[in-house]
Amino acid sequence: MRNTRDTKLLFELSEAGRRAHRLPACDVPERPVSELVPANMLAAEPPALPELSEPQVVRHFANLSQLNISVDTHFYPLGSCTMKYNPKRNERIARLPGFADLHPYQPESTIQGMLQMLYELQEYLQEISGLDACSLQPAAGAHGELTALWVAAAYFRDESLKTGGERRTKVLVPDSAHGTNPASASMAGFTTVTVKTLTSGALDMDDLARHLDDEVAVFMITNPNTVGIFEPNMREIADRIHQAGGLVYLDGANMNAILGIARPGDFGADMQHYNPHKTFSGPHGGGGPGAGPICVTEKLAPYLPTPVVVRVEGRESRVEGQKSNPTPSLALDPRPSTLDRYALDYARPQSIGRVRAFFGNVGVLLRAYCYIRTHGPDGLRRVSENAVLNANYLLSRVKHFLPVPQGDRCMHEFVASASKLKSDKGIAAMDIAKRLLDFGFHAPTVYFPLSVKEAIMIEPTETESKETLDAFAETLFNVVGEAPDVLHDAPHTTTISRPDDVRAARQPVLTYKSSNATA
Amino acid sequence: MPYLYTTPEDQAAMLAAIGASSLDDLFAMVPPELRLNRPLNLPPALTELELTQHMAALAARNEHAGTKVCFLGGGSYDHFIPAAVDELAGRGEFYTSYTPYQAEVSQGNLQVVFEYQSLITRLTGLDVSNASLYDGGSAAAEGVLMAVSSTNRYGKVVVAASVHPEYRQTITTYLKDLGIEVVTVGTPTGVVRPQDLAAVVDDKTACIVVQQPNFFGCIEDAASLASIAHDAGALVVAAFDPISLGLLKRPGDWGADIAVAEGQSLGTPMQYGGPYLGIMACREKLIRRMPGRIAGETVDRRGRRCFVLTLQTREQHIRREKATSNVCTNQGLFALRATIYLALLGPQGLKETANLCLQKSHYCASLLCNGVPLAPPVPPRQHRQPQPPTTADSSLHTSGATGSASASLAASTTSTSHNSRFQLAFAAPTFKEFVLRDKQDRVDELLHQALDAGFLAGVPLGQWYPELNDCFLVAVTEKRTKSEIESLARSLD
Repeated sequence: MRNTRDTKLLFELSEAGRRAHRLPACDVPERPVSELVPANMLAAEPPALPELSEPQVVRHFANLSQLNISVDTHFYPLGSCTMKYNPKRNERIARLPGFADLHPYQPESTIQGMLQMLYELQEYLQEISGLDACSLQPAAGAHGELTALWVAAAYFRDESLKTGGERRTKVLVPDSAHGTNPASASMAGFTTVTVKTLTSGALDMDDLARHLDDEVAVFMITNPNTVGIFEPNMREIADRIHQAGGLVYLDGANMNAILGIARPGDFGADMQHYNPHKTFSGPHGGGGPGAGPICVTEKLAPYLPTPVVVRVEGRESRVEGQKSNPTPSLALDPRPSTLDRYALDYARPQSIGRVRAFFGNVGVLLRAYCYIRTHGPDGLRRVSENAVLNANYLLSRVKHFLPVPQGDRCMHEFVASASKLKSDKGIAAMDIAKRLLDFGFHAPTVYFPLSVKEAIMIEPTETESKETLDAFAETLFNVVGEAPDVLHDAPHTTTISRPDDVRAARQPVLTYKSSNATA
Repeated sequence: MPYLYTTPEDQAAMLAAIGASSLDDLFAMVPPELRLNRPLNLPPALTELELTQHMAALAARNEHAGTKVCFLGGGSYDHFIPAAVDELAGRGEFYTSYTPYQAEVSQGNLQVVFEYQSLITRLTGLDVSNASLYDGGSAAAEGVLMAVSSTNRYGKVVVAASVHPEYRQTITTYLKDLGIEVVTVGTPTGVVRPQDLAAVVDDKTACIVVQQPNFFGCIEDAASLASIAHDAGALVVAAFDPISLGLLKRPGDWGADIAVAEGQSLGTPMQYGGPYLGIMACREKLIRRMPGRIAGETVDRRGRRCFVLTLQTREQHIRREKATSNVCTNQGLFALRATIYLALLGPQGLKETANLCLQKSHYCASLLCNGVPLAPPVPPRQHRQPQPPTTADSSLHTSGATGSASASLAASTTSTSHNSRFQLAFAAPTFKEFVLRDKQDRVDELLHQALDAGFLAGVPLGQWYPELNDCFLVAVTEKRTKSEIESLARSLD
């Protein structure tokens, strides 16, 4: 079945003189290139790209695609990544020329539909988070974290000017946090201080107390956290951070558990990012694109990146460049007055500036908008209810043969531990992950969070059926009972067996060279 | 609910297995006082049909490159995308998968990334490429951070004013809280003058940032700029246009150490600014400082060639606060599109695309500055109307810049020298974009007039460069036909 001829590297398939795409003849009077481009900047020949025919290219990539497991083809319970179904309707809508073929520097009068959509999305995200203002600019969750930390840095810079105090330099991060949290803090010029969590997954309040002082700028918390529980002391944590003069940042990676159930702004967050590619079903694209819109409280709004989209009431003729804040009132009426128009507001003197070129990852945001409009308020709540139902159901089946240190209940995901299997039978979390591939399941996330030994992090999402969950639980049960040798050598049925990661890192081969061995 | 399977019977059985009395009971760990006890204030759910109609209505309120002829550039371009790019990248096995954590079931994505990296190194003339970053602007900022950490010079970076203004703004944002100074070198002639660069680069400078062709479309004397930086021990971060490399010397061949680019031109639609593709390549010695994912070749247990994510000890999930960057994904789908695009074009296709951009943009410039061409004929009645006499030489606006090149450019294609409303703002050679000065200094009005005539004619520059308030940037890709170019010229009369 497998076609290995056409999945050789593009360079190995290349034959001099072959062409796929052809271009029209030049229809304007042509002039010698040497007259137009200085000789010292002219290349002797074009880059050595492969030369292929179109059928070859198509067959190559079509066959490569079949070497992937994907949400369209398999259950993908990759914890923390929310691999839910990606609705096809959103793909077709995103391809409409009225969205796909818009240049980022078109005049505002020519993009009113686009700006309306983006404005409404800002409003929806604010409502879902319980926060006051929104920036759609960040390109990914980690980029949203970084943007929010820059916002916080700018806020504290102004505060220290006002009060004459020292600038706050510390960011507190729980040990169960995503690695992006401390990395973002460093990039924004802060020092990271790690706060411990308990076996239950809850924050160690004593350790928090030890680290909390007037140098703390931001406390970054993922809630529900990475072991899948809702932080029991959330309110108290937020109050203590606020009393100490700090800000609370919510890593919104796990928003899929609390849509319409609880809002970060209501439980104490001052800022949060969303992962629309998780929560709002943007396809993960083999690693990207995502987007990382952030929402913040009113006092932080002036610091958001520029521009933001504003709605200009019909009677005002010209206000762009004068409004300093987005209209605060909720404007969720899907049919605004036809006199209204939408504008980009750049006149924000306290803004941190830009975090990227152009408006944002609009294609991802558009799919998020479609997803929210498809569900409405009741539907979004049902998404979270079912995500939590599926996770708890799987937990109830798995905990009997694979310990789940955090307990009997979870939110949208849970973290099992293969620690005992490892010590008893030498079976590691990675062995289990690899063996699951043989049975047509993508593996859960393993070895994260770092706070759980031999972690196996399972997030089924709401778009899976009970039958799928049952099949997965039974397979997992069978796998942990298998002979260790079978597991150590797994996977057995995939196109390759386990790769030699050490060799890849010690003798890096990062590009094709004609001397590369062919398999 | 369109995307849920669970029947009431399933729910009851699942709740019983869990030992929960209700769905609400599942949320017992969320303290009651922290719950939202009302429905979200959002519009009601739409069916697929209603959603499609609603979105079509929104889309209909936008003009786009299909309803107006697009001459807009500035980092995002209306290049042609072959159908095979859409069809292949539209396969669910590609776009509904994720970062290849499990190499055994992600060989498709991993091989694509390896091929992408190989293509990018060939394109740039540099040794290594990562699996891509968010976009050109953030890639430029990451390139600067990389240069700062690898030179250990936390003093300043020098950025040319001819670098994309939004890239410069992004770099400033990234550096502001790290105490690193950003020095901007002015470019009154549209390109960096070597003496201006030499005056500010010193032994505290981590890198220079230049763009080739630059934001104005002008071709920089990049090799000279690179040697000034290298003489001071600074690195060269170069932003480039991937399409231009069908003709222009590669960044690695003129001295760039780190090359970054907006990869949108390689098969990604403009989609109002994103998501795009941040390209980054560098010299081998810098690789441990490079942010982002990297794929590498290795063998499996049976000795077969395969691909994995590698050199991950640079990354945030292992290094946490000591990581080279917080970036944890690439733009996989657009790296895939670029790989397919380049595979379809090949060296000849890329060269022809670049040449069409070059020829057509020069034709367009000469037409706008010097009048309609002699041949092939345009019906006489469509020839331009007599021009109002220009009253002032607005080229005094910026020092050193003149439109003198326009006369020579046009000589071979136009009938007579023409008393045009426009002149080229800069004399430097250009690739696919150029800056026009409106001698009447009424750019906004002019662009509105062009819009009414069916053209997205250019990007006004005053928003970023107050001294170029009477100027706009025009981009001409391979898609623009002679007749579109001539119609634009007539409409701007």
